[in-house]
Amino acid sequence: MGNRVVITGLGIVSPNGLNIPDFLHAIQNGISGIRFVPEYEDLKFNCQVSGMPEFEWEQLRNYITETSLYGLKGKGIAYGIKAALDAWTDAGNEIVSEDTLWETGCVFGSSVADTDVIKNAITRVDARESKKLGSRVVEQIMNSGVTAYISGRLGLGNKIINNSAACATGTQSILMGYEYIKFGMAKRMVVGSCEYVDRYVFGGFDSMRVLSRKFNNEPERASRPMSASAGGFVPGSGAGALILEDLEFALARGAKIYGELKGGSTNSGGQKNGGSMTAPGPEGVIRCIKEAIADANISADEIDLVSGHLTATIADKLEIQNWVKALGRSGDDFPMVNSLKSMVGHSLSAAGSIETVAAVLQLKHNFIHPNLNLEDPIPEILDIIGANNLPTTKVEKVINTVAKANFGFGDVNSCLIISKYNNN
Amino acid sequence: MDRKEILSELKKVLAPYTESKEMLAGINEETDLIKDLKINSANLVDIIIDAEAQYNIEIDFDAAEKMYNVGNCIDVISEKINKTA
Repeated sequence: MGNRVVITGLGIVSPNGLNIPDFLHAIQNGISGIRFVPEYEDLKFNCQVSGMPEFEWEQLRNYITETSLYGLKGKGIAYGIKAALDAWTDAGNEIVSEDTLWETGCVFGSSVADTDVIKNAITRVDARESKKLGSRVVEQIMNSGVTAYISGRLGLGNKIINNSAACATGTQSILMGYEYIKFGMAKRMVVGSCEYVDRYVFGGFDSMRVLSRKFNNEPERASRPMSASAGGFVPGSGAGALILEDLEFALARGAKIYGELKGGSTNSGGQKNGGSMTAPGPEGVIRCIKEAIADANISADEIDLVSGHLTATIADKLEIQNWVKALGRSGDDFPMVNSLKSMVGHSLSAAGSIETVAAVLQLKHNFIHPNLNLEDPIPEILDIIGANNLPTTKVEKVINTVAKANFGFGDVNSCLIISKYNNN
Repeated sequence: MDRKEILSELKKVLAPYTESKEMLAGINEETDLIKDLKINSANLVDIIIDAEAQYNIEIDFDAAEKMYNVGNCIDVISEKINKTA
């Protein structure tokens, strides 16, 4: 069976909130963080809106040393540091410890290292000025930059791992941390993921014609998961972080407990039978959800809320079909389902951890956040799960168990089952 | 530029790289960059890059290796400045 794993701290950097109280307020009230970006109009992007946190470098001043902050240019790393350290203090810990914490590790995910930093390196080197790059470039263009900053600041001495699985990264990072604790390899893990979508990454997606382009004049209506008038996703940026602990370790230090991470699974459809580089194969998705439920040792009937991947592309319809098959529930018997992306867009690697933070808050505070812009649900979705399970305003309801899943390029799937903590 | 003036300018160059602000205020020619000012050794290259820009000089590898305390830094900088002048 393994050790029980509980969630004791949360941290967030989101387009609609830079700390947990503001983020909670935003998701309870359906506040969108999607804005028009004049630069994208200038760059002739089809999609000219995005979800960008209102982050300023000054906000990191009390998080890392002045010498470390001086020369830090990578925004994804910055978001990750802020979310992770906020989660750490939320869990009741001090930021600086005298000694290495051998029982605590970190799994933090990201997609691309910050291309603003890479661009600076390319420009200097091509101008034969590599001598002027200085000592701070390598640590910020390496994929493990974010884990190096977080673990160094907190003095973490257990497994320090950066992982990357496209849009499945966030939930996968959390799952990896969970497994290390479950199987006794660590007592506590700082887990999460970050993403800074700059113009170059944005341009790549824009060229694939998978981004929302019809709502540039109405940014808050642009991210429309499960809507018949959706025409693609809205890229977002940010970071989410959680502190996972061995239950006994958490109880021994009198930690507050948000919930229990009961189980999860990550797999791939192997890019066969409907799966491809860019599309999740149904068989893999269904297996992943079923395996997560089995790992959590619960019944599919116990799930009160599905926090979907649901990006606002043509894949939404297929995703709901997969959930129906995996849970063996449909119509009014299907759980409530929502997509945080309707408020903050799709922050790629960061999506899974930001959405898991939202899921834990809904579990803790007993509500279901609204789906924005769902005035016209896709008819095929209505046919199989009905309108009652697609809330467009906040629903107050006791949530005992939530299923959170994400599906990424490369046909990689990841699913978590989170429940209220019961002392039994 | 005499040694006193260079030392005063050098304080500004070193400032972003040390947490020991009090120690920095009272530096003299004997102050060791790593031992006294607790500067991360990797940042010595940043200090050299900043000093090159500050004094409009070029500091080669051999000269850079000598720059471990304030006095050595002033030696190298004043030598290069005088060459340029």
